[in-house]
Amino acid sequence: MRTIALVGNPNSGKTTLFNALTGSNQHVGNWPGVTVEKKEGKLNFKGKEYNIVDLPGTYSLGAFSEDEVIARDFILSGNPDVIIDVVDANNIERNLYLTTQLLEMGKKVVIALNMMDEAERKNIQFDIGKLSKKLGIPVIPTIASKGIGIEDIMQASIDMIYGDIGTGSPLQYNEIINHHIEYIENVLKDEKLPYPIRWTALKIVENDEEVLQKLEESDISDDSMRNIEDFFKYHSSENFELEIIDSRYAFAHRVTEGAVKRPQEESTTLTDRIDRIVTNKYLGVPIFAIIMFVVFQLTFEIGEEILGEAAVSLIENLGGLIQVFLIAIKAPNWFISFIIDGAINGVGAVIEFVPLITILYLLLGFLEDSGYMARAAYVWDNLMRRLGLQGRAFVSMIIGFGCNVPGIMSTRTLDNKKDRMITTLINPFMSCGAKLPIYSVFIAAFFPNHGGLILFSLYTLGIMIALIMAKVFSKTLFKGESSYLIMELPPYRMPTIKNVLRNMWDNIYGFLKRAGTTVFAVVTLVWVLAVLPASAEPYGQFTILGRMGTFLAPILMPAGFGNWQASVALFAGLPAKEAVVGTLGLLYAGEYAEEGSLLINSIQQHFTSLTALSYMVMTLLYTPCAAVLGTIKKETGSIKWTVFMALYTFAIGWIVAVMVFQIGSLLGFN
Amino acid sequence: MNISLCELRCGDAATVKRICAGGCATRRLYEMGFNTGAKIKVIKNDFGPVIVSLFGNKVAVGRGLAQKIMVDG
Repeated sequence: MRTIALVGNPNSGKTTLFNALTGSNQHVGNWPGVTVEKKEGKLNFKGKEYNIVDLPGTYSLGAFSEDEVIARDFILSGNPDVIIDVVDANNIERNLYLTTQLLEMGKKVVIALNMMDEAERKNIQFDIGKLSKKLGIPVIPTIASKGIGIEDIMQASIDMIYGDIGTGSPLQYNEIINHHIEYIENVLKDEKLPYPIRWTALKIVENDEEVLQKLEESDISDDSMRNIEDFFKYHSSENFELEIIDSRYAFAHRVTEGAVKRPQEESTTLTDRIDRIVTNKYLGVPIFAIIMFVVFQLTFEIGEEILGEAAVSLIENLGGLIQVFLIAIKAPNWFISFIIDGAINGVGAVIEFVPLITILYLLLGFLEDSGYMARAAYVWDNLMRRLGLQGRAFVSMIIGFGCNVPGIMSTRTLDNKKDRMITTLINPFMSCGAKLPIYSVFIAAFFPNHGGLILFSLYTLGIMIALIMAKVFSKTLFKGESSYLIMELPPYRMPTIKNVLRNMWDNIYGFLKRAGTTVFAVVTLVWVLAVLPASAEPYGQFTILGRMGTFLAPILMPAGFGNWQASVALFAGLPAKEAVVGTLGLLYAGEYAEEGSLLINSIQQHFTSLTALSYMVMTLLYTPCAAVLGTIKKETGSIKWTVFMALYTFAIGWIVAVMVFQIGSLLGFN
Repeated sequence: MNISLCELRCGDAATVKRICAGGCATRRLYEMGFNTGAKIKVIKNDFGPVIVSLFGNKVAVGRGLAQKIMVDG
C-alpha cells in the first residue's frame, strides 16, 4: 500500500486534514504542539487504499525536541511515497522554509495551501499557478476544517506517486557553499550512502549532527570520514549553517514575490484586541485565574447540580429495578450482593459522574480550540522562569487538568531534557478529570454550598505544589539552563462544535471504558476481598479487605482519616482514580443499607469536614494512576524515575494532608 | 547601530541583523523566521516575553532570548 505523509509547521492544520482524509477522530486544538505522536489512518480513494500518516508539526528537519525528532525520522527513514506539505496560507514564507528542505531531499511533495479562508479574510492574495510554477510542484488551496480541497489534494498526491515528476532541489546556494557541497560530494562519490549524495553533502556542510551520526554508523570508509572531519577542522570558524538557512529563506522569498500579495497596512484584528487584554501586564494572571474559576464553577453547577441529580436517580432506579428482577428470578444471594453492591454501588457510583466530566471536558476543549493556551504560556512565562522552567511548560500543566497522560506526552515539545523531566514530574499535581468524582462526593457530603470554590481551591493547591516542586527540582536534581520560550500565538478561532464535541466524546468514552474495565475489575476484587472469609461479617473489619485496611490505616492516621475503608479506597485508586469512589460506594453502602444517597450519608458518618478536606488533598496529590506511571516509564525510559514518581508524590500527598488535618485541628476546626 | 530586540518599543519595526545566542538557540530562531534580514514589528514589550509580528504572525520570544536578537535601531 502506498503511504502519504502529512508534514508541516506546528498548528498548520495537519491533523484537521488527516481527520478529513481518513474520517478519523484525532485530537486537534488551536495551539502549536497538539500532535506529538505519529498517527496512521486509511483512505480509500478511487478504488485504492492508501496509508495516511499524520506527523507532529515541525519548523525544520533539524530536530530539537522529541516531537520534531519523530517527524524527521519518519521523513528520512519512513520513505513515504509522497508528502503532503501542509502550509499555513497566512504565513507562507516561513512555512515554505520547511518545503525547501523537503525538496532538497528529493522527496515527492505536494503543497496543501491550507486555511485559505482566513487568508482571504486578511486580504492576502495568491497566484496559485505562479507559486506552483516557481516551486516546481503542485499547490492545492485547501480549507481542511471545512473539507474543501480534499479531493484535489488527493488527486494531486496520486498523480505525483504514479507520475514521473522529477522534483529535485530548485535551490541555489552561493558560490562558496556550492563549492563545499561539491567537495564533499567528491569525497563521498564511491560510498554507499543511506541518503541521496547531494543532500548528504549539503547536510554535512550544514553540520547536521543527526546525519553525521547516521554516516558514522553506516559502512562509510574511514578515509572519507577523516576527510569530513578535516573539513570541519578547517572551516570551524565559519557558520555555513546560518548562511544555508538564509539561502532557503531567500528562495522562499523569491517564490512568494509576485505570487503572494499582502495588504500594505495590517488592520487591527479581533485577536489583537483580545490579546491587549489577556496578555496585559497586570491582568494576565488574574484573567487566567478567572477563566479557570469559571471552568470549575460551571463544571460544578451544571455538571453536578443540574445534570448530576438526574444521573444519580437514574442509576439508583436502575439498581432498584435490577434488584427486584434478580429477586424475582431467585438469583443466589451472593450474586445479588455482587451486582447491587459491586456493580451498581461501585461502578454505578462512577458512572454517575459522567455529566460532571462532560462539562469539564467541554470547557477544556473549548479553551484548547480557542487559541488561549498559547497565551497562558505567555502569561506564565515570567513566573515559570523564576521557577527554572519556561512558559510552555504551563501548557502541559493545563492539559494535565484533563488527564495527566496527554499532559506528560505534551512535554515532548519542550526543547531541553531538564524542562521535560521537571514538567513531567510535576504534572500529576494537576488534578485530572478522573479525580473529580472523589471531590464531588465529599463536597456534596460536607460543602454543598461551596462546590465551585472548593474545587477551585483544590486545583489552585495542585498548581502551587507543582510550582514549588518545580523550583525544588531545578535547584537540586536538574540544575542548569532552562530553554527560552519561543512560541507562536495563533489567531483566536471560534471553536468548532465538531472539534469540541469530538474531544469531549473521546474523554467520556475513555471514562466509560475505564469504568467498564479497570474500575469494574478493581471493584470486583474489592468485593471478593470484602465478603471473604465467609465466617466474617461481610464488609466488616474481619474480612480479608478489612484486615488489609486495618493494617494500612495507621499510616494515614495522622491525616485524620484512619478508618480502614478510606485507606483501602486510596490504594484501590492506584489502577484508576475513579475506583476510589467505586470502592467507597461499595464498602460504605454495604455497611449502611439505607435509602437515598447512600454513599453521601455514610461518608458523613465516617468523615468530618476537616478529614474530608484532608482526604481530598491526599487524593489530589498522591501517587498517580497506573496509566500515568506507564506513560512516565515510556517517556523517560527509566524504571528509576517511575518509582521515584510513585513514591515522592505519595510522600507529598501525605505531608500536605497531615498538615491540613493537624493545623486545622489546632485551629479548632473539625 | 545594532540594538537588542528588548530595547525596541511597542510598534517599532526593525530588521534582524544577527543573533548572539548559543548554536542551538540561534538555529531555532533562524528556522522560526528570525533569520538575517527578517522584518519584524514589536507588538508588545513590557514584561515577560516580547511579542513580535513576523510575516504577519505573532511570535512570543522569552526575554532572555530576545536580548540576544540584534536588530537595526
